[in-house]
Amino acid sequence: MDGEELTEQETALYDRQIRVWGANAQRRLTKAHILVSGIKGTVAEFCKNIVLAGVGSVTLMDDRLVNEEALNANFLILPDENAYSGKTVAEICCESLKDFNPMVRVSVEKGDLSTLGTNFFEQFDVVVIGYGSRATKKYVNEKCRKLVKRVAFYTVDCRDSCGEIFVDLQDYKYMKKKLEETVECELNFPSFQEAISVPWKPIPRRTAKLYFAMRVIEVFEESEGRKHGECSLLDLARVLEIKKQLCEANSVSESHIPDSLLERLITGTTEFPPACAIVGGILAQEVIKAVSGKGDPLKNFFYYDGEDGKGVMEDISNSFTS
Amino acid sequence: MATQQQQSAIKGAKVLMVGAGGIGCELLKTLALSGFEDIHIIDMDTIEVSNLNRQFLFRRSHVGQSKAKVARDAVLRFRPHINIRSYHANVKNPEFDVDFFKQFDVVLNGLDNLDARRHVNRLCLAADVPLVESGTTGFLGQVTVHIKGKTECYECQTKPAPKTYPVCTITSTPTKFVHCIVWAKELLFAKLFGDKNQDNDLNVRSNNSASSSKETEDVFERSEDEDIEQYGRKIYDHVFGSNIEAALSNEETWKNRRRPRPIYSKDVLPESLTQQNGSTQNCSVTDGDSMVSVMPLLGLKNPQELWGLTQNSLVFIEALKLFFAKRKKEIGHLTFDKDDQLAVEFVTAAANIRAESFGIPLHSLFEAKGIAGNIVHAVATTNAIIAGLIVIEAIKVLKKDVDKFRMTYCLEHPSKKLLLMPIEPYEPNPACYVCSKTPLVLEINTRKSKLRDLVDKIVKAKLGMNLPLIMHGNSLLYEVGDDLDDIMVANYNANLEKYLSELPSPILNGSILTVEDLQQELSCKINVKHREEFDEEKEPEGMVLSGWTQSPATNGESASTSNNENPIDVTDSSSGSETASKKRKLSETEPSNHNKETENVESEDDDIMEVENPMIVSKKKIRVE
Repeated sequence: MDGEELTEQETALYDRQIRVWGANAQRRLTKAHILVSGIKGTVAEFCKNIVLAGVGSVTLMDDRLVNEEALNANFLILPDENAYSGKTVAEICCESLKDFNPMVRVSVEKGDLSTLGTNFFEQFDVVVIGYGSRATKKYVNEKCRKLVKRVAFYTVDCRDSCGEIFVDLQDYKYMKKKLEETVECELNFPSFQEAISVPWKPIPRRTAKLYFAMRVIEVFEESEGRKHGECSLLDLARVLEIKKQLCEANSVSESHIPDSLLERLITGTTEFPPACAIVGGILAQEVIKAVSGKGDPLKNFFYYDGEDGKGVMEDISNSFTS
Repeated sequence: MATQQQQSAIKGAKVLMVGAGGIGCELLKTLALSGFEDIHIIDMDTIEVSNLNRQFLFRRSHVGQSKAKVARDAVLRFRPHINIRSYHANVKNPEFDVDFFKQFDVVLNGLDNLDARRHVNRLCLAADVPLVESGTTGFLGQVTVHIKGKTECYECQTKPAPKTYPVCTITSTPTKFVHCIVWAKELLFAKLFGDKNQDNDLNVRSNNSASSSKETEDVFERSEDEDIEQYGRKIYDHVFGSNIEAALSNEETWKNRRRPRPIYSKDVLPESLTQQNGSTQNCSVTDGDSMVSVMPLLGLKNPQELWGLTQNSLVFIEALKLFFAKRKKEIGHLTFDKDDQLAVEFVTAAANIRAESFGIPLHSLFEAKGIAGNIVHAVATTNAIIAGLIVIEAIKVLKKDVDKFRMTYCLEHPSKKLLLMPIEPYEPNPACYVCSKTPLVLEINTRKSKLRDLVDKIVKAKLGMNLPLIMHGNSLLYEVGDDLDDIMVANYNANLEKYLSELPSPILNGSILTVEDLQQELSCKINVKHREEFDEEKEPEGMVLSGWTQSPATNGESASTSNNENPIDVTDSSSGSETASKKRKLSETEPSNHNKETENVESEDDDIMEVENPMIVSKKKIRVE
């Protein structure tokens, strides 16, 4: 259907998953180019999953030098100081990932995401931002949206045993099996900016508290000029202040966001590896769905909370207000 | 989250992982990253190429090596200071006894078959060690927690059994491709290449079969100087030609059925293949190589391509020739193996020719292999998610957070917005013969069934016992073990061949048997009810076991009873017979992402089933309160 057939080698290696999503989906996967920025535990899990699945290429961006902290929850970095010293996280992870599946091209791109132009993003079919600032997420999402070609945009963020995934597939058409026949469906995704600007008042009360809590943390980190996860219990007072302001601005009661949840998010700064595996697994599944055009995609937020064990999808768009 | 208390619970824990496959690789990695420092891992399997797309601790260079050992070495590379001990062994081995299990704080299962799961469940109950159980197929998965006396055990609910097919459907009246596969694999392949002493009902049943039996044996016998191709054609003409012809003569069978078409090799294939395909004779493969394949010789490349009748017939003859030319030593003791390329080619071709004969759509080698090998669909992502959920439950178990235990389903389509659905665990089922002491009821014809039937079909197959012992009153009728003397063994063997009513201590209507497995420390009572007649189609085993279990469901659905409030209600469109106290209904139908033809083909109790095979129930609609 899509031109070339899978090679014998590919058919043998991907046998079990072709039985899940079919040869056409596998062919599409082998042609997908994926950009991944910010490689901590959850993103390492994600990278492993898509490299195993057999995407065409993965480009890694993370210029942090490897240190003790970077080892946490990240099995792509071997704890051998002689091997990693002086190298960036992306370089070290690249070496490990190449080894997982020789059929996938894994490479490193240096530089700051928020300085790159539209042309850069055009090379990719999927862009995933791990642990980006609010400004970076907005910037890259806008660049992707300017392209004629549709670039699937994802962000992922894990704190404590909680995780958030955001998805923007713009105008997305896909095939879905309904009973015996396959039907075409269409979904319209809001941009990151639109999705985080939805007024809180009309959002149903049962919506995951994490959606609101993550917005508070985002504003806190931005207003205080903090890097991702650079916070502690000492910041609780300031975080609660921001929560109060946001709740007032949105005319919702402060009980909307439990203080205990915010406390968990600012104190649990090292990732919880089981949550990384879960959120990284869901994210990879979503990327595989979007690339293969098969199955209902996640629209447009996903939340996992290790406390209650729920993995929930939330559709946050202006549909509440209209 | 990473509180001091939690970290010390993790560090001090001694954990047993059973299975180092799809779930196991992910689990070992996540355990190590989470701070576990004492992990033991058992797996009997070795690494295969088709594992590499998801069992990420393994590389191509590891193919053929022990999964447990390679997984251990790989994880030690990124967490060098922890203790991982690997056992390349079957968890059912006697060294893994109750005392072995008692040393662990929690047991984590990442298994691929029901048999081993049940065995581990019993050992965990006997050793009183918590068990976290898991399974995946495709995008579906689940994790459950089993703690003796607090939550249901793994066997409190009946599990979907591999689908079986009536013998006459397979031998005489196939209507689906899977029937042709079962015929090709279990009957024809076994007849030609397997143990010659095994009973094998290959002939199409006809009324005058009595006289032709002798003749048939001669067809399959190959004389020393017989040309292999001539022999192959003779087999071809017999099974696809004259056998069908003979079956057609039985008009009664075809009154309401489509009549099959006999196919003879001369109508499909040229006079002699040797001249055209001389290459098969001199290709340079070594004897006994499981990579021997006819596809390249016939210019067939794509396993997903559909072959026509002629191609299938060529594959059939050439594969048979290759077995005799290159793998002669193995003939007589081969069993079908999905990783044996030549066996897959032969079975695909044979099933397709038979399908053609019966007007059933043909299938590609890729599809046929999936059906014949009971291949369970598997992806890395679901395994990773499930492994994460296992560790989360394991930590709760170690912290003794009883109120927080959950069983979690990983769904393909969100239900009430949930993709990961946690559910409170159920209480133990008081009618469970494994974790409670409720007797079972066995309906059986005590004059026509032998002790052997009881041992094989009930004690081993249904009750999942490994080293059984059967007592009737004070009389020991049967036992298995290394320490038995010859006289006892002879005695027990003699008992096996006796009808129940003629045993030294006769088993009759109303008899109560005690069946035990000393390794599993499991004992249960069976009340025997004599019954004369059994329905050959619905009760092919000639006996019915009930009590905790429903009678075998014929429409692929099982019902289970439970008297606690269950928040889950899996409803399925078909209406099964329901018991009054039933609160939930678990459907045994295949998960929706399976191809509709990929049903579980009847399989022996070996480990044909691939990794990550489900304990899964299909969750077409799940309601959560």
